[in-house]
Amino acid sequence: MLRYLVFRASQLILVLIVVSILVFVFTSVMGNPVYLMVRENATEEEVQAAIEYLGLDKPLPVRYGIFVKNALRGDFGKSYVYHQPALRIISERFPATIEIVIVAMLLSALVAIPLGVYSGAYPKNFFSKSIMTISIAGISLPSFWVGMVLIFVFSLKLGILPVSGRGDVGVFLGIKTSLATVSGWRHIILPSVTLALGSLATILRLTRAGMQENMRQDYVKFARAKGVPRKKVLFGHALKNTLIPVVTIFGLQLGGLIAFTTITETIFSWPGMGKLLIDAINSADRPIVSAYILFVAVMFVFINFVVDILYTIIDPRIDLK
Amino acid sequence: MNKLLEVKGLKTYFHTFKGTVKAVDNVSFDIHEGEILGVVGESGGGKSVTGFSVIRLIDEPGQIESGEIIFNGTNLLKKSESEMNKVRGKEISMVFQDPMTSLNPVYTIGEQMDEVLLLHEKLNKHERRNRCIELLKDVGISNPESRLKNYPHQFSGGMRQRVVIAIALAANPKLIIADEPTTALDVTIQSQILKLMKKLVEEHGVALMLITHDLAVVSEMADRINVMYCGKIVESGYTREIIENYTHPYTEGLLNSIPDIDKDKSKLNTIPGIVPNMFDLPKGCNFSPRCKNCQDICLEKEPKLTEIGENHYVSCHFPLRKEAN
Repeated sequence: MLRYLVFRASQLILVLIVVSILVFVFTSVMGNPVYLMVRENATEEEVQAAIEYLGLDKPLPVRYGIFVKNALRGDFGKSYVYHQPALRIISERFPATIEIVIVAMLLSALVAIPLGVYSGAYPKNFFSKSIMTISIAGISLPSFWVGMVLIFVFSLKLGILPVSGRGDVGVFLGIKTSLATVSGWRHIILPSVTLALGSLATILRLTRAGMQENMRQDYVKFARAKGVPRKKVLFGHALKNTLIPVVTIFGLQLGGLIAFTTITETIFSWPGMGKLLIDAINSADRPIVSAYILFVAVMFVFINFVVDILYTIIDPRIDLK
Repeated sequence: MNKLLEVKGLKTYFHTFKGTVKAVDNVSFDIHEGEILGVVGESGGGKSVTGFSVIRLIDEPGQIESGEIIFNGTNLLKKSESEMNKVRGKEISMVFQDPMTSLNPVYTIGEQMDEVLLLHEKLNKHERRNRCIELLKDVGISNPESRLKNYPHQFSGGMRQRVVIAIALAANPKLIIADEPTTALDVTIQSQILKLMKKLVEEHGVALMLITHDLAVVSEMADRINVMYCGKIVESGYTREIIENYTHPYTEGLLNSIPDIDKDKSKLNTIPGIVPNMFDLPKGCNFSPRCKNCQDICLEKEPKLTEIGENHYVSCHFPLRKEAN
């Protein structure tokens, strides 16, 4: 186990080195933030002063060294736009993103897994076939379109849910979250559903495929011969064997959603990290972009680590060594 | 001895796009309490489907069309699913062919044994654990206490089959249906497992329906034998009678194809031809295309199962007679 942890940690470091170089090079090459900072008809001296202030006069490798040194202390520089430390801005936005993502993932797991189990166990049933048809729509419809349709139907036509924004924020366990207020929940529903659809359909189809495979296995029939009721065989015996690929995809989807909620957050004006990233890219706010990408890289490695641990809990045959 | 199980006119058909397969076609037999009944025949003869029909675990597109399965005086075909779940594992349990796949890989042996006891016996946690340990001891697994925590992949094939047998015995059933219980095992392990099964069913007074393609296995174990061919019983009787006074040419073929180590032969005997396509069975007797004694009537008329000796039935127009040879 210790060896595994060391292995994982070194893997994380390697990933971070590679990502940091990529991030640094690309953000340095693309766009010039100097002209965003100086006034429109700035003199040559003013531009030069801005360049020195940003440290852009030094050669690239030196700048990378400074970047890494600062990054290790959690300092990615001040946002060119907000004039605050980049990491602090990201961590302020993080709860807003994580809350819609958690609601979305819970929603997709709680809906997709039971439906997947059902349609995998009774594939010829009319209901199962309808589920599969609808799930194709879930995979293929783009989220910006779904988001707009949801706003149109539930907010504009029916008027039962708010159009956009985060709503009231309450404090729960010391964290500011919309999950603590009714208004927050009302605001969370539409963006979460929009986010959930894609992963819901994917998890559903994967669960179904796994169930169909496992239902043919002997141990399912043996469990039935032991007198275990069908429902218990489905959820107790077959589902647990199906979960390995489902957990993998679930982890990837979770990371993907946290990292790239940009479209949904933009549609619903949700003040999360995704919207922050889009704004930062538009204004060439390098510190935010690089801090964000490194943050996402760390998170992906962490989620995959958790997924690996889950494997060993689900399937005893998997050994981390 | 009392009749424990009585199957009358059982028909289990599989309805597929290609047509209907009559996997079990009008089969009747019975098993007495504590008796070992061997069911033999080639692959595709309907032996397994017969076994699964008794416990009513026929998967789509299979269906039990008609017949009666009277177990302990009640017709199992009239029971609801939830009533059947009280019979499965409790009254009738099963042992499958491949122990590598019949245990769930993600649960410990202890959990899988406990499941049966939890379903069928009114025991508390401690009593169930003790019973599991006792059962593992019975089937010859050493260190049962620590083995309970192990997963199936930590056992060898033979050990797993012992665990499966322990699970089958757990709730003290009256009948165990063993579907090719040794086919997937090493030859050296096969006889161990068979001896163990014979010993256990005798000790516990359980009846055993032993399904196998291996007539040699059956002749050592069974009290009576049913020979099945293409979904029908072609010959049935006491083991001695079948082995010594077989009358159906198919039984003769099966017996002759057992290799005999004492006889120095360069070639193994086989039954000529192959099992006919189940979608398109021959007219008349199903065995006629492979039968050396085939006559005109065999191609026209299907023979009926008739009593030829005491409790000895055969379905053949021209049953073989040992005396005549």
